[in-house]
Amino acid sequence: MTMFLSNLISGLSLGSVYAIIALGYTMVYGIAKMLNFAHGDIIMVGAYICFTCLYSLGLPPAAGILASVVVCTLLGILIERLAYKPLRQATSLAVLITAIGVSYFLQNLAQMIWGANPKSFQTVIPAGNLSLLGGELKISYVSMVTIAASVVVMVALSLFVGRTKMGRAMRCVSEDKGAAQLMGVNVNLTISVTFAIGSALAAIAGVLMCSAYPTLKPTTGAMPGIKAFTAAVFGGIGSIPGAMLGGILLGVIEILGRAYVSTELGDAFVFAVLILVLLIKPTGLLGKKIHEKV
Amino acid sequence: MSENKCLLQVENLNVYYGSIHAIKGISFQVNEGEIVTLIGANGAGKSTTLNTIAGLLKPKSGSVTFDGKLISGMTANKIVPLGMALCPEGRRIFQHMTVRENLEMGGYSRPKNEIDDSIEQVFQRFPRLKERRRQIAGTLSGGEQQMLAISRALMSKPKLMMLDEPSMGLAPILVDQIFDIIKELHKAGTTILLVEQNARKALQVADRAYVLETGSITLSGTGAELANSDAVKKAYLGG
Repeated sequence: MTMFLSNLISGLSLGSVYAIIALGYTMVYGIAKMLNFAHGDIIMVGAYICFTCLYSLGLPPAAGILASVVVCTLLGILIERLAYKPLRQATSLAVLITAIGVSYFLQNLAQMIWGANPKSFQTVIPAGNLSLLGGELKISYVSMVTIAASVVVMVALSLFVGRTKMGRAMRCVSEDKGAAQLMGVNVNLTISVTFAIGSALAAIAGVLMCSAYPTLKPTTGAMPGIKAFTAAVFGGIGSIPGAMLGGILLGVIEILGRAYVSTELGDAFVFAVLILVLLIKPTGLLGKKIHEKV
Repeated sequence: MSENKCLLQVENLNVYYGSIHAIKGISFQVNEGEIVTLIGANGAGKSTTLNTIAGLLKPKSGSVTFDGKLISGMTANKIVPLGMALCPEGRRIFQHMTVRENLEMGGYSRPKNEIDDSIEQVFQRFPRLKERRRQIAGTLSGGEQQMLAISRALMSKPKLMMLDEPSMGLAPILVDQIFDIIKELHKAGTTILLVEQNARKALQVADRAYVLETGSITLSGTGAELANSDAVKKAYLGG
């Protein structure tokens, strides 16, 4: 029983990382209508920036996190301006291929700057555990912080999108760019802000993930990126609560699958569940079917 | 109407979709206080003209001057605050937002404290929208959606209101209602540029009209003149 609980908490923690990444994926998809496959690599950049601040510059963890958020935010805006904005009118396939190109570009850039050898990431959260059930169940501080961070991020994002003027503009752009413009919404600015937020979240996810799984290399972001994309589709792409739910479930399924089904087939198990869900509900768990009245 | 000042001046406007020359050097103007209508068949370029004026499309050449300011080449979001609103073809309300949120979006370019008053005015004019203010807009009927689309455009307090096929797909009784609304707006001082397939109705309310055929203006005159012209009767009014 304690084994199960311990696995469950690991799953929730991993799922929270997926959820934070998936939130970025789903927002960018919802508003810019594109799959930003370079999103996973922003995570890696975020982790490297934090690593550099802590190791090479000897800065405190808080400064490392802040620097990685700032750098990733700017990077996200820059990528959108240089790589995606010129393709606003192009086919979605062209944008998709560009995103894959940006992904490899970031990986190679990281390899050039930080080298191909894996770095050992130092956790930004004090190591240690909270002991429960008379010491039988240990919950690491990293897990607790990660889960809490994902909840805070989701609530903050929901409030932002639901209550603020910019958030409302985002929902309009997501539904109809032209009509949003006719209301006076600056569509380019709105898309930039979306990329900025998504990338800032990716930085946070990168730091949290590398605090739990401390191996950092240029391809570190690739797999979590794909899993988070899966999570976003699983929950219903374009939906904020969907990304959260999809991410958490995916993490839990992955860890429990590894623990009780097969360690080797953990990833395959995750994608099998995705396929099953999409067969039954093609729009994802919380995805809305768009019906239009004409 | 010539004593009134010119509010919108379109000069030698050319618009392309890729290699297709959709608007071929048209010129026309709308004076303050007028109702002007553009009539024409499907694909004549009526919506393209409005979308270009509103800044959703970029013209290849030519100019659009609004209220003394050159606006061609500006994006739509910069034009709205100058006092121009377009109620687009197919309504294009925000389906997943509530009626009230749609109206609030209409006032996006205005200071927040003025918006509540304007929404109250809309609700007075359209009590049906007030009843449904918390309803998701996609669940409204076609006529209600059109009222919402018009109201949303009004929320920006436009000097010039452009309406693109406001009667499209509506039952005859609702079409009458929409045209009553247009007349009311006009009486309240809003200048109107109307695009319609329902040429008969459009010419009835219009001070002046232009006929658009495959991207060129082929006829112009007062609403009554065009309604009585043989060419217009034959082509657009069913003989």
